Amino acid sequence: MSAVAKPGGRADLQRRRIVRALLVSVVVAYVTVLLLIPLGGIVWTALKPGWSVVGQTFVAADVRHAFLLTGVITLITLVVTTAFGVTVAWVLVRQRFRGRGLLNAIVDLPFALSPVTVGIAAVLLFGRGGWFAPWFDARGISIIYALPSMLLVTIFISIPFVIREVQPVLVEVGTEEEDAARTLGASVLQSFRRVTLPNIRWGLFYGVALSAARAIGEIGAVLIVSGAIQGKTETATLYIFRAVEERQTASGYLAALVLALVSIALLIGIETAKHRIERMKSA
Amino acid sequence: MTKPIVVHQLTKRFGDFEAVTDVSFTAPEGAITALLGPSGSGKSTVLRMIAGLEVPTSGHVWMGEEELTVKSVQERQVGFVFQHYALFRHMTVANNVAFGLSVRKVDRAAQRRRVDELLELVQLAPFRNRYPDQLSGGQRQRVALARALAPQPQVLLLDEPFGALDARVRQDLRRWLDELHRELGVTSLLVTHDQEEALELANKVVVMHEGKIEQVGTPSEIYDEPATAFVAGFVGSANVLHGNVVDGHVHLDSIRVPGADHLPEGAAASAYVRPHDVRIAEPGGPPNGSVSATVERISRLGWVARLSLRLADGNVLVAHVPQEELNGASEGDRVSIDLRNPKAFHRDGVEEPARTA
Repeated sequence: MSAVAKPGGRADLQRRRIVRALLVSVVVAYVTVLLLIPLGGIVWTALKPGWSVVGQTFVAADVRHAFLLTGVITLITLVVTTAFGVTVAWVLVRQRFRGRGLLNAIVDLPFALSPVTVGIAAVLLFGRGGWFAPWFDARGISIIYALPSMLLVTIFISIPFVIREVQPVLVEVGTEEEDAARTLGASVLQSFRRVTLPNIRWGLFYGVALSAARAIGEIGAVLIVSGAIQGKTETATLYIFRAVEERQTASGYLAALVLALVSIALLIGIETAKHRIERMKSA
Repeated sequence: MTKPIVVHQLTKRFGDFEAVTDVSFTAPEGAITALLGPSGSGKSTVLRMIAGLEVPTSGHVWMGEEELTVKSVQERQVGFVFQHYALFRHMTVANNVAFGLSVRKVDRAAQRRRVDELLELVQLAPFRNRYPDQLSGGQRQRVALARALAPQPQVLLLDEPFGALDARVRQDLRRWLDELHRELGVTSLLVTHDQEEALELANKVVVMHEGKIEQVGTPSEIYDEPATAFVAGFVGSANVLHGNVVDGHVHLDSIRVPGADHLPEGAAASAYVRPHDVRIAEPGGPPNGSVSATVERISRLGWVARLSLRLADGNVLVAHVPQEELNGASEGDRVSIDLRNPKAFHRDGVEEPARTA
């Protein structure tokens, strides 16, 4: 370090400008390479054969079924993860009990496990010769290669989002308002519904949006447990997988584009929620 | 409709830590009782146990004839005012005040009437559609008070209600609360660490320290007849002089302070003398056991002057003397002083309150 630039001096200012320009171009390059080029590629490939493909693709029974199935799985997953996630978050934040630290760590398990592992585990439990298989077989209920197992793995994989987003908001809002509600005569349920829930709603919305994105995009675990039976257990992502394998490139890419658009919509929702949470914290 | 609160042998342990130990007192019907103590003295925990927000490890709480300890929070019908207001941030002022009525399914017209009445009472009628974050601290605390009063509680519990406000607002709100209480006459229990607040507002003061009660009495009993060294040091300001008991006096190198007749000969003792009980003797007056001291500094604070007086043994006393009683003393003078109403306490095992005048 021979030429020491004085802080705030001309040379220092210029160097900072160059560093800033460099950093900005790195970000722009990153976004372009990883986001814009692939997305543009999808749009271009999907629409290359002309607009008629759009009609053909979304009229096809298997495509419609695949999207419907993804919709149903996502919806049920959201209901379950919301109810369960809020409850677990509340228990983890508000209650003190033995094993709380352990439970808190277990919540992250689905983040750490590969979805394929989750799928294999489900097969191990419910598949042919699995631990719980005899009980369900005896009652004529199919779990594997059917909706129940697909729901099970999707829910398992999506569960941490609501918990992890609601937890810090619950900590942030504290217990005083809940205490106040109870001294004013509110039952635990009334206090939760009228005070806690409105206070955590943006955190919850954020978690639900992330869950939805995860549920819609899930493929690994679902691929293993569903068997990907066309028109039966084939979700939108599984359809895209098959379409590309079978060289129906345009249809596959079109379906992928629809999923991408849904993701963008979710992203906008997520950003709105984040903004609201920040505003609430600064209030 | 208002009732007294009786607290009997209340104890609360959090793990190994005993926050409240064997606390018993009565908050008389229609009066303001203050729970006074430094932070960590367990006073808020007592209040929260009365409200049902904490479960006592042992002991009982009664409201009039009914035992509260067996009831849930929402059955107790106590109004609670929190230090940080705890207003529902997503509700308007009017909806905050109405909350206690709406969870009890009071009909809408009656709710509206009561909300109007209370907003009038706390002088916030024009703010009914505002949100808490659009109000000042003083206004928020008035909303919190209106909300607590809305369901017509039998007792009002106030947890450091002015603690988060600046000095000026605190003064105004204190006076205002005093008037409001005279009007409503609801049994009130006020938790505070501010002795001035307790002495000004309360009819009865319970001084707490390290989870235990030090003294229960009227404000003047607490101030004039402190039962323990802690109370003498915590309530009001005091000069503390350490010495040993000789012949009913606390002896120091240069002075002997009377008032230690109740202590055994030779015991380590401290004498507490309030700054306004230190007087400058008239020059040429009878030498009635007075002590001589050097005036180190005089600050004139309006009608009263604050003096630092150095004794021959190096101890410094603070005196608050009315201007006309200075008897011409100025900085550097040697004067004779009288110590009035000294209180002597055992020194062993007593924690020294760090506050002098």
